[in-house]
Amino acid sequence: MTIQEISEQIVEEFSVFDEWLDKYEYLIETGRQMPPIAEEDKTAENLIEGCQSRVWLNCQEKDGRLWFTADSDAVITKGIITLLIRVFDGQTPEDIAAADLSFIDRIGLKDNLSPTRANGLVAMITKIKAYALAFLQKEKEHDEQE
Amino acid sequence: MENTAANFRKHFPALSQQVYGKPLVYFDNAATSQRPDCVIEMQQKMTGQACANVHRAVHRLALDATELYQQGREAAAAFIGAPADEIIFTSGTTAAINLVASCYTRICLNKGDRILITEAEHHSNLVPWQMACAIHGTKLLVTPVKEDGSIDMETYRKQLDNGVKLVAVAHMTNVLGVENPLKEIITAAHEAGAVVLVDGAQGIVHSRVDVKDLDCDFYAFSGHKIYAPTGIGVLYGKRELLEQMPPYMGGGDMVDRVSFEKTTYGPLPLKFEAGTQNISAAACLAPALKLAREAQEDAELQAAMNATDKLMAEQLGTIEGLHCPSLANPLRKGIFSFWIDGVHPTDAAEIMDKLGVAVRTGYMCAEPIIRKYTDNGMMRASLMPYNTQEEVQIFMEALRRALKMLR
Repeated sequence: MTIQEISEQIVEEFSVFDEWLDKYEYLIETGRQMPPIAEEDKTAENLIEGCQSRVWLNCQEKDGRLWFTADSDAVITKGIITLLIRVFDGQTPEDIAAADLSFIDRIGLKDNLSPTRANGLVAMITKIKAYALAFLQKEKEHDEQE
Repeated sequence: MENTAANFRKHFPALSQQVYGKPLVYFDNAATSQRPDCVIEMQQKMTGQACANVHRAVHRLALDATELYQQGREAAAAFIGAPADEIIFTSGTTAAINLVASCYTRICLNKGDRILITEAEHHSNLVPWQMACAIHGTKLLVTPVKEDGSIDMETYRKQLDNGVKLVAVAHMTNVLGVENPLKEIITAAHEAGAVVLVDGAQGIVHSRVDVKDLDCDFYAFSGHKIYAPTGIGVLYGKRELLEQMPPYMGGGDMVDRVSFEKTTYGPLPLKFEAGTQNISAAACLAPALKLAREAQEDAELQAAMNATDKLMAEQLGTIEGLHCPSLANPLRKGIFSFWIDGVHPTDAAEIMDKLGVAVRTGYMCAEPIIRKYTDNGMMRASLMPYNTQEEVQIFMEALRRALKMLR
């Protein structure tokens, strides 16, 4: 599925919740499904700055696609990063770098998060995109060398 | 008794609103208090009528503004038992402490001297001293607190003998809400030849302050934690110290005569008040502190506040895995900071927010003392006399619900 299709799916899933607590239940459940990352991946490099709780995002490339794992000491935060990973996991760096993220506004996540949390969300997306851009840069340098 | 708090609450329009369709339970008072009608009216008066600069003009509006501004200073002075010319307006407690850290240290410190703070200080009463130490080549000593947040007086007394010239201590700590034994601290410091600055940001709210009786050398507090608007703070200083200190900032209003060759400075307190002050907020100190004094003198309201505090302490004690270091400390007043096993405080606070309950989480601008106990930060619930037992019940329901979702 494309980034766009998964985004639509998430918006649809969220649309069934009227109550904010139900949305949190969903995020908590989502966060719990993501297995914790290995301790050695909890590096300063993988740590996302700008979140009130600590969040680590690990990225690996395989056959031209990027794969993510993440962890956080706060479970709602982990739910949010897990949602983002669901959208971006296994996508190409080109698509990730170019992705439109309006789904975040449409599920109302940003508006209803505390400002520090919303900053955190922006920081997470920035980090995901930074991984994609770094990979593209590396590829470009590699091509130029050849 | 419960009625007393409910009646007092009526002064505060913000408290009757709903958030997310739920009645607001505002338990973040240690960050800032809500404003009463009398303060809101004064703010309107200062912008809608008496809007002029103070001290400088002879016209009607300037005279009115100056009069109301001066009443703010007199109210602050009376509230802590000081003469009005020993009251310096600042933007808040932080600016007041920075003023002393910048100006007083220039006349009191020599290489090898020490500044002493406690382990439980707010960053505002820590970082300015670190900065002063870096400038003057002096060392910062830190007095530890015990497990329940009480200052370790034995260690404090020993540390004083190490060339301490200045002690900076919270009246009441902002994380654990523990009132320090100021008289003992000040007497011991004076015997050792040190002056004492008291950070009164929290203490001014929960205790009656008489700076002459305490004999502290400096006392700093903010208006916004005690019903006044943000942007106004007070530095009390003993006249002889303020007179010796060089000015903090240069500018208008703080001078006597100015020429390119030489400038002489104005009398106290103007010497430390360069530039246009927050006139409106300063004027609001008068109604704010009048209400605060009425609340302090209302025995029934105080009893209600104590009963609400007690109920909160009992209820928090029933939550499994909850750790509140100062819960049983008899010197704790109105503030509860705690962490809960297996639950990130921010997660819980976010869910509680959706249930209408406002609390603070994180490191509360006092990272060292939080990290003494836990690494993920704490949740802080802080009460004022307008908080009711009914709100404690709503808070507890919200907390339990959040824990049920998160554990």
